[in-house]
Amino acid sequence: MLAMEFLVRGATQYGEPGVFMMFEESAAELATNVRSLGFDLEKLAAQKKLLLDHVHIERSEIEETGEYDLEGLFIRLDHAVKSIGAKRVVLDTVEALFSGLPNHAILRAELRRLFRWLKDHGLTAVITGERGEQSLTRYGLEEYVADCVITLDQRIHEQISTRRLRVLKYRGSAHGMNEYPFLIGERGISVLPITSLRLDNQVSAKRIPTGIARLDEMLGGKGVFRGSSVLVSGSPGTGKSSVGATFIDAACRRGERVLLFAYEESSAQIVRNMGSIGIDLEPWVKKGLLQIHSSRPTLHGLEQHLVMMHDAVSGFHPSVVVVDPISNLSLDRSASEVKPTLMRLIDFLKQQQITTLFTSLTAGGAETPEDSQFGVSSLMDTWLLLRNVEFNGERNRTIYVLKSRGMAHSNQVREFVLSDNGIDLVDVYLGAERVLTGTARVAQEELERAVAVLRDEDHQRKLGQLASRQKAIEARIAALRAEAEVEAVEVAFTIARETSQQRTARQSTDVMAQLRGADKTGGSRKDEKR
Amino acid sequence: MSNAFAFELRLYVAGQTERSLAACANLKRICETHLAGQYRIEIIDLTKNPKLAAGDQIFALPTLVRRLPKPVKKIIGDLSNEERVLVGLDVRPV
Repeated sequence: MLAMEFLVRGATQYGEPGVFMMFEESAAELATNVRSLGFDLEKLAAQKKLLLDHVHIERSEIEETGEYDLEGLFIRLDHAVKSIGAKRVVLDTVEALFSGLPNHAILRAELRRLFRWLKDHGLTAVITGERGEQSLTRYGLEEYVADCVITLDQRIHEQISTRRLRVLKYRGSAHGMNEYPFLIGERGISVLPITSLRLDNQVSAKRIPTGIARLDEMLGGKGVFRGSSVLVSGSPGTGKSSVGATFIDAACRRGERVLLFAYEESSAQIVRNMGSIGIDLEPWVKKGLLQIHSSRPTLHGLEQHLVMMHDAVSGFHPSVVVVDPISNLSLDRSASEVKPTLMRLIDFLKQQQITTLFTSLTAGGAETPEDSQFGVSSLMDTWLLLRNVEFNGERNRTIYVLKSRGMAHSNQVREFVLSDNGIDLVDVYLGAERVLTGTARVAQEELERAVAVLRDEDHQRKLGQLASRQKAIEARIAALRAEAEVEAVEVAFTIARETSQQRTARQSTDVMAQLRGADKTGGSRKDEKR
Repeated sequence: MSNAFAFELRLYVAGQTERSLAACANLKRICETHLAGQYRIEIIDLTKNPKLAAGDQIFALPTLVRRLPKPVKKIIGDLSNEERVLVGLDVRPV
C-alpha cells in the first residue's frame, strides 16, 4: 500500500512515472483494491504514467532443469521502464519468487543483480517484503537493498488496533527513530510524527473574539490569541459545547474556516441543538466554512484519531479547530499515553497557526477540583472553567478564566446564561458574604432595589420637609418685616403728630400771647398758666 | 499422435548467450530423440521482442513453455538434465 502510494504520488505529483511489478495480486485486483484510496490506476495507466505488470508464478507449472537466471524479469522490467520512461519501480512482493522457485542460491544472486541494475538505471525502487521471525524480512532481503528500511506493523491495544511505521535505517539522512502511527484513509496514507522536535512555532499577537462579548472582556478585552489553544472544562451540562458553538459561529461570521470534531453528537444533532440557543450553524455548513466530523471515539485508536484529524486539517485548511470533547478520546487509556498524543496534536495545530478550542469533561458536580484530566491544562494557553453552582435548590452555570497566558484577564466569576439568543454573561451578585447566582441573585438584587427605593422615598420626604420649613421661615420673615414696616409707619406717624402738635401748641401760645398782649419775651410764664 | 504438432513448444531465450545456445541445442536433441515428427519449436529472443515476455509470464531465462498439449507447462533452465525435461513435458522416455 505504501509502495502504491509512492508510485501514484510520484506519477501524479512529481511527474515521475512508475512501474508496479507485482507478484501476488493481479493488475485488476490491485486496481480495485486501491480505488478505495482514491487512486485511479486505469486512468494513470492510460496516461502512460503508470505501468502495472503482474508476474505470475505458478509453482505447479514450473520444472527446473539446469542453470537459469532471471534475465526474463530484467527484460520485462527494462521494457516496462523504457516504455513509459519510469523513474520509480515497485516490486511487490519480490519474495514470492522464493516460494515459486526452489533454487534460492540463484535467486539471491539474481536479486542482488536486480537491485544493482535498478541503481545503475537511476531508478528509485520500493521493495516490499514480509516480516520474518528473526530477521527483518523472511528471506533476508534487506541485506541487498537497505538504503532505507521502513517497517510497518499493526498492534492491538485494548481492542483497538493501530498501524505503526518506523524508519529502521535510512542511509545518508537524519531520520526520526520513533515509531509513528499511520492511517490508511481516503486520501491514502497519513503519518503523524510523535512529537515536534522543538517548540519553535510562530506566534501571533492578533486576538480573535470568542463570540461572547463579556468573555472577551474578561480576557483582557479582546479575546484569545490567534493560534493559541483554549481549554473549556466543566462538569456535565455546564455549557461547554455551547461555548464551542459560539466560538465556531463567531469564526464563521468572520469568514474563517472551522473544523469541528465531535465525539458526542452527530452533525445534524449539533446543528439542531445549537439552534435552540440561537446559534444557527447550518448556513456555515452549506457555505463550506464549517466542516463537522462526527465519530465515536472508539472507532480508532487515539493515535489514529489524531492522524485522522491531521488528515482532515491538512485537507480543509481551517483557521479554527474545535474538538468536543477531548476527554472522550481518552476512554480507557492511561493518562501517560494521552498527554503526549494531545501534545502532538496541539503542536501540529500551533504550527499551522490554527486556533483551537478543546472542551473537556470533568467528573463530578459543583465541588469539582480544578484538575482537568490528563494534565493537558499545561499545554493550554487559555483555560476557561465552567462550573455548576448548586444553591437554593437550583443549579446555575458560572464561568471563570482560570488562566490565560499573555494577557490581563479577569479574576471574576461570571454567571453564564444560556438563552434563545445564545450565551450571555451576567455579573454575579458579589455581596459581603457570598457570591450569588440564579434566582438567588435575582432575589438579592430585588431586595437591594426595594431598599434603594425606600431610601429614595425617605430622602424625598426629608427634602420636602426642609422645603416647607424654609417656606415657613420665609413666611415668618415676611411677617416680621411687615410688622417692622407697620411699626416704622407708626413711629413716623407719632413723630409727625407730635411735631404738628408742638407746632400748633406754639402757634396757639403765640396767639394767646398776642391776645393777652404779653411782651415778646414772656414766653416762660406760658407754661405756668397751662 | 495423429496431429503432427501435438507438442507445441516455445523456447524463450535472451540473446545468443552460451546458456541460450546450450538450451537450444539440448531441446533439439531431446525432441529429436523422443518426439520426432510430433513437435514444433518456436524460439523467441526476448532481447528483440521484450513485449512477449508478459504473455507467457516469463521471468527466468531460458524458459521452455509447452503450449500444447494442455495444460501449459514451463521448464526453466538450460535443459541440461534430460530426464527432468521429459518429466516436465510429460513424455516418458522410450
